[in-house]
Amino acid sequence: MSDKDPPVGSEQVPAGTGAPGAADPGAPAADQTHHWWRLIAIWVVLSAILDPLFYYLAGPHIPPGTMTNMAQGAQFDFNVLFVIALPVVLGVWIYLIYAIVMWRASRGGPEPVAGPYSRGHLGIQVGWIVSTTVIVLFLAGFGTYELVQPGGSGGGEGSSPIWTPTSQTILPVQVIGQQWKWTYRYPTFGGFETDQLVLPNDTTVEFNVTSLDVVHSFWAYQLGVKADANPNYNNVAYATTQQLGSFTVRCDELCGIWHGAMYNTGQVVTRQQFSAWARLTAFRLRKNTRLLPPYALTYTPDANGADGGYYPNNADPYSKVEQYGATPSQGGG
Amino acid sequence: MAIDTSVSEFEYPGEEDVGTPAKPPPVWRRSAWLQPNVLWAIAGGVIGYLIGHWLGNVIASGYQQVQSSGQNNVAIVLGLSLGVAGWLAGIGALTYPLAKILGYEPSPSPPQQSWVRYFRMTEDHKVVGWQYAIGVLTFLFTGGLLAMLIRTELLSPTTHVFGPGTYIFLVSEHGTVMMMMATSAVVGPLGNWLVPLMIGSRRMAYPRVESFSFWIFMAGYLVILSAFFFGGFPTGWTGYAPLQTQANGGMDSYLVGFGVIGLGMILAGFNLAATIINYRAPGMNWGRVPIFVWGILATTALLTLATPTLVVAGLFGILDRTAETAFYVNEHGGSNFLWQNLFWFFGHPEVYIMALPGFGIVMEIMPVFTRKPLFAYKVAAAGMLGVALLSFFVWQHHLFQSGINPDMRPLFMLTTELISIPTGFLFLVTLGTLWKAKIRFDTPMLFCLGMLFNFLIGGVTGVFLSDVPVNVTVHGSFFVMAHFHYTIMGGLIFAMFAGFYFWFPKITGKTLNRKLSKWHFWTFFVFFNCTFFPLFLVGILGMPRRVFEYASNLQTLNDISSISAYFLGASFFFFIINVVWSIYLNPHPAPDNPWNSLGLEWQTPTPVPWYDFEHIPVVLNDPYHYGEADAPPVADLGKVLSAVGAPAGSVSHEDLGTGVEGDGDPRPPIL
Repeated sequence: MSDKDPPVGSEQVPAGTGAPGAADPGAPAADQTHHWWRLIAIWVVLSAILDPLFYYLAGPHIPPGTMTNMAQGAQFDFNVLFVIALPVVLGVWIYLIYAIVMWRASRGGPEPVAGPYSRGHLGIQVGWIVSTTVIVLFLAGFGTYELVQPGGSGGGEGSSPIWTPTSQTILPVQVIGQQWKWTYRYPTFGGFETDQLVLPNDTTVEFNVTSLDVVHSFWAYQLGVKADANPNYNNVAYATTQQLGSFTVRCDELCGIWHGAMYNTGQVVTRQQFSAWARLTAFRLRKNTRLLPPYALTYTPDANGADGGYYPNNADPYSKVEQYGATPSQGGG
Repeated sequence: MAIDTSVSEFEYPGEEDVGTPAKPPPVWRRSAWLQPNVLWAIAGGVIGYLIGHWLGNVIASGYQQVQSSGQNNVAIVLGLSLGVAGWLAGIGALTYPLAKILGYEPSPSPPQQSWVRYFRMTEDHKVVGWQYAIGVLTFLFTGGLLAMLIRTELLSPTTHVFGPGTYIFLVSEHGTVMMMMATSAVVGPLGNWLVPLMIGSRRMAYPRVESFSFWIFMAGYLVILSAFFFGGFPTGWTGYAPLQTQANGGMDSYLVGFGVIGLGMILAGFNLAATIINYRAPGMNWGRVPIFVWGILATTALLTLATPTLVVAGLFGILDRTAETAFYVNEHGGSNFLWQNLFWFFGHPEVYIMALPGFGIVMEIMPVFTRKPLFAYKVAAAGMLGVALLSFFVWQHHLFQSGINPDMRPLFMLTTELISIPTGFLFLVTLGTLWKAKIRFDTPMLFCLGMLFNFLIGGVTGVFLSDVPVNVTVHGSFFVMAHFHYTIMGGLIFAMFAGFYFWFPKITGKTLNRKLSKWHFWTFFVFFNCTFFPLFLVGILGMPRRVFEYASNLQTLNDISSISAYFLGASFFFFIINVVWSIYLNPHPAPDNPWNSLGLEWQTPTPVPWYDFEHIPVVLNDPYHYGEADAPPVADLGKVLSAVGAPAGSVSHEDLGTGVEGDGDPRPPIL
């Protein structure tokens, strides 16, 4: 058996082929081709060429980019996993192609091996199990480190995160999902609510994600942030911005018929531009802000939220007049 | 002899060791039209629905009906439930238990041999297997047609063929039919047809339960489809809770349907497990059980232990929607996380309910076409049991970003990575079997190799999904959607077709057209990859699942996928034409053992008689002695004794025992 486990395969090979004849005792002498060494040579060459090609050419362009430290971490993880996975895939494919070409019945082929090793080979089996276990444990350890070390890797961390960024100044932003739009509240600027997500550069942002009705998922694609918005629940995610530009926000959890239309665009701007924008917006929206419920981490859905109610079949989320959600209770109150 | 399967307290027809099939005694029978059959089932279902709907309107009118959807959930739930009960009464599933309860002893009758038996309850496991096969193909084509509609909508990022509501319903119905019907039932056709033959039994442990599980599956199919009449449901096949509580009447079809299908899955699982454990022929010890049977045994553990969770979760959902309980309503003390936990506690084992039979099929077929023994048999069996065990410990990897137990993410990342070890044994075993083999590229073998190719991509992308930082980007995107289509369609469905092409000659007694079979494989394989590979890219480029609008720069990739999907759908015409051609238009009788397989099921005559084996076989060897100059017979079928002149049955087969053929196994024949 061959190099099915490339990353440590080369160490396992001697165990299997220490005595080349031992692996196929019944085989005719003519078939002493060194299949092992051929396969390993093809595999090593291809992996050595393709892995660096991917890492250095494609790697820097892998989504979600480098707009935040979390996005950069996700990109790095993706590339590391790819570099490990590619030789595994290549190993199996090379072996399959080799077997199909070399051992097809129509070529006459060697007589099938019927000796004890055709039913199992302790060295190969142990080698396979040990090598896959080593790879898997490494991946789990690596993933855990990459999750804990930057403070949650941009994913939703529940209401009391235990892995937090070390940064001293954190800008809290509340993300509110409802059928079918995103709005944002800035508690440090008077708690105004807007449908524009503007963030300052070089700043650690704490997203407090919640929902007014069903489960949504806040996915700021280029920021590498994704956190489910659950009703009555505050889901926290962190990211530190490090590049200017715009990013897409989409809903990533099916939330009803207009789920596909629930997206908008956000901006990362300089700190000066951000504070100017925030002060201006807080001023412009001051009347609205007074009508809003006071800033809180979660909000109880009211009758106009859809939770527990039924939306009309012809609900139009962009209607200015129609109230969707539970029908107001009819008298008796 | 611990267990002698040839004698049983219960006199099941064919149980006794018949030399030649006894002619059924002439009994008076009602006309086939008047006996319970599928027409009566349909009538019973309709009547049951109407009664239930009326009852629901009586007890709950003006209570739920005032909600703006204008639908009375109580009436729909009661209607569907009584409809299923009426369906089961009409098919005759209640006749036997009711007779027993009332003190009558129902007289067993030998199985019918006319075509009518395919439309009735039957106790012949081969008929049930064939019914399941038609059922699964029906589910598959239903889901496939819905997939064509989905891909049509996604041809353009902004122009819409369907309204958003219709689109979401198509997506939901596609997912539900495919996941709950087509692939959960996949243990049905091959499991019911093959397992008794492979272990040397004449029957399943519970033949009535076997037939019941099939017919309740069909009722579940109709219940799931009934969502069309109630305005559909918007939740996808995952049915996440606050949206589920909010949705209109189609959601009731989904919840009742899950309960009904879940019942069928649990019963099918118990039946297969009981059969495999108790009905193995003498000599069929655990070291000789075909690897496919090991796969089914591992699957039954999941069917029986995971599915009850789904039934209960569905019941909670029904109560929330009808009786105003608050299991999933956060404001009233429930939790939307409860549904997510319960659903995925079932939902992840469900993935392996689909994968494990596929592993079993591929590992069973490989030795036949490589003419080599199965490499590392014990590792293969242990791997499938290990997958079954670990699959109960990974469910929260579906919820990494949900905010549920965020501190547990490293643990679930670890368990998810760990499950790739036993899953990887599939490759150890199959690649080991290929080593210096003599490979014949018949259609079943092509499908096996195609499965290995696809499943590798599916498995490796799964490792990306299990890594939490990468998961932030790919979770809920088209990447995960492509991933599970690679594992389920590229893995299980390819394996299922490998099995179908492999066992078709035995099942039908006809030979399939070789050319059409190969055309089916190549078109299926090529267009499958063209359809789903671009979707990995679409996913990491930022397109969420289940959306009807997407960024315009993704249109090219989506169009490649959509157009390939049409060809993928069209490739099934090769299959349908092939089957119709080979069975009806140009039938060629198949030889008893066209692939020259050593498997026990191939040692029977073709077509297999209703009593399966003339004598209960005594198993002497595992069925993988390929490539040996004088491959020992896998079993003594009673013919050996006849050949040396002894009248069949005059010498106990026990005398042969095991170890006679020198396989070095000193243990008694039955473990």
